[in-house]
Amino acid sequence: MALLNLHLKVWRQTGTQPGHFQDIEAPEIPDHASFLEMMDIVNERLIRAGQDPVAFDHDCREGICGMCSMTINGMAHGPERGTTTCQLHMRKFRTGDTIWVEPFRARAFPVVKDLMVDRSAFDRIMKAGGYVSVRTGAAPEANEIPIGKDVADAAMDAAACIGCGACVASCKNASAMLYVSAKVGQLNTLPQGHAEKDRRTLAMVRQMDAEGFGNCTNQYECEAACPKEISVRWIAKLNRDYAVASVKEVVGIGRQQAGDGD
Amino acid sequence: MSSLLDSLSRFYASSIGKKLLVALSGLALIGFVLGHMIGNLLIFAGPDAINEYGHMLHTMGHGGLIWVARFGLLAAVLVHIVATIHLTRQNRAARKDAYGKEATRVATSASRIMIFSGLTILAFVIYHLLHFTVRVGNEYNNPALYTAMLDGQPVHNVYKMVIDGFSWAPASVFYIIAVALLCNHLSHGFASLFQTLGLATNKTWPLFQKAGHAFALLILVGNCSIPIAIWLFGYGR
Repeated sequence: MALLNLHLKVWRQTGTQPGHFQDIEAPEIPDHASFLEMMDIVNERLIRAGQDPVAFDHDCREGICGMCSMTINGMAHGPERGTTTCQLHMRKFRTGDTIWVEPFRARAFPVVKDLMVDRSAFDRIMKAGGYVSVRTGAAPEANEIPIGKDVADAAMDAAACIGCGACVASCKNASAMLYVSAKVGQLNTLPQGHAEKDRRTLAMVRQMDAEGFGNCTNQYECEAACPKEISVRWIAKLNRDYAVASVKEVVGIGRQQAGDGD
Repeated sequence: MSSLLDSLSRFYASSIGKKLLVALSGLALIGFVLGHMIGNLLIFAGPDAINEYGHMLHTMGHGGLIWVARFGLLAAVLVHIVATIHLTRQNRAARKDAYGKEATRVATSASRIMIFSGLTILAFVIYHLLHFTVRVGNEYNNPALYTAMLDGQPVHNVYKMVIDGFSWAPASVFYIIAVALLCNHLSHGFASLFQTLGLATNKTWPLFQKAGHAFALLILVGNCSIPIAIWLFGYGR
């Protein structure tokens, strides 16, 4: 086991007050520690020195909950492809390195404290249409609706999204299109989601816009940063679904009043 | 009626709505850029070919079709610019605090300067229209100097105008810079519009990307060949 001596530049901020970078020395960090474990060691030392520890989000530390965040050296979840911050290991760094640690930056993700941001904008987008309506009562037979393997696999690829917000953090425009396209795409792909397809697509995109995220400029930084490697082709599908739903809405197709266009 | 207008304004107000308009107007402008280049390359087929082409454009549909095309292009340009400026302003507002350490993994430099390449091309288009279409600050509208005979009929001498226009170094240099920026703009914009229109799939995307680069290169080589031939190699002078 090797020990690393690192120089950290960590963003410190409380609520809406202006933040700043604090230089923190992190000597003797074991190279088999994860990035979050390194932050734990740093915090232990800060607490022992009577200083305010660095606030950061974390939960499962297994790369599946979507809670950990942090922009490390300008990259959401750090430099490793398809990896969350908790699964990033310090052996990817060299002793003597200076590491910049910042929150996910977006107007729609206000900083709570230090590296923690409020990602409830994602929850409000889900609330707008990220569901299917089903009758309550006895559980339906699981295989009642036949679903092709390719369709199920595609929906599962989109469903791999853990909603961490790395797409927003890495996008040059702080756009949430990869997240929204994965959530809309997962449900729009499956037969259970077809009934509410147009309404869902319009509602979730409108909520995304209302939250103050930026617009997609097809640069695909999101795909490169996504720990679950969600494909930007889901964004193309969202664009397609949105165009179709908009045209139907403009001309009045799909409204259920008699004589109202349908 | 008002509910129809409400739906349309909601479409424009949305992020994807504006992007779809940018993509569609971009597609129209790509068509124009290609047609314009093919037409202009007639300069290499000699004076009669390009003069006849110019005369044909001005007399199509009793001289009316050129105005249809002009207003159509003006509409496409306005939509393309107004929507992208709206989008860019929203994008800037979406991240108030910049990263202390900025990193770029896959975004091309062309994709990151779209608004700057676009606005420079706009400045060039205005200059280009004043130069060859409105013809201010030059003698190109003088029938005594710029009239050619075509099948015994007097027509505007487009050939001589182009040769004289590009014989002036600053005009050629600005033209080449603008076309290089247009090539840069298209190298991102061409493929990007198919993603926005929702036509990009895992199967089609590599094709769109290659076609975009090939198209951008074609526009660069085709357009630059004219001022380079005239200004540097003395074609037609």
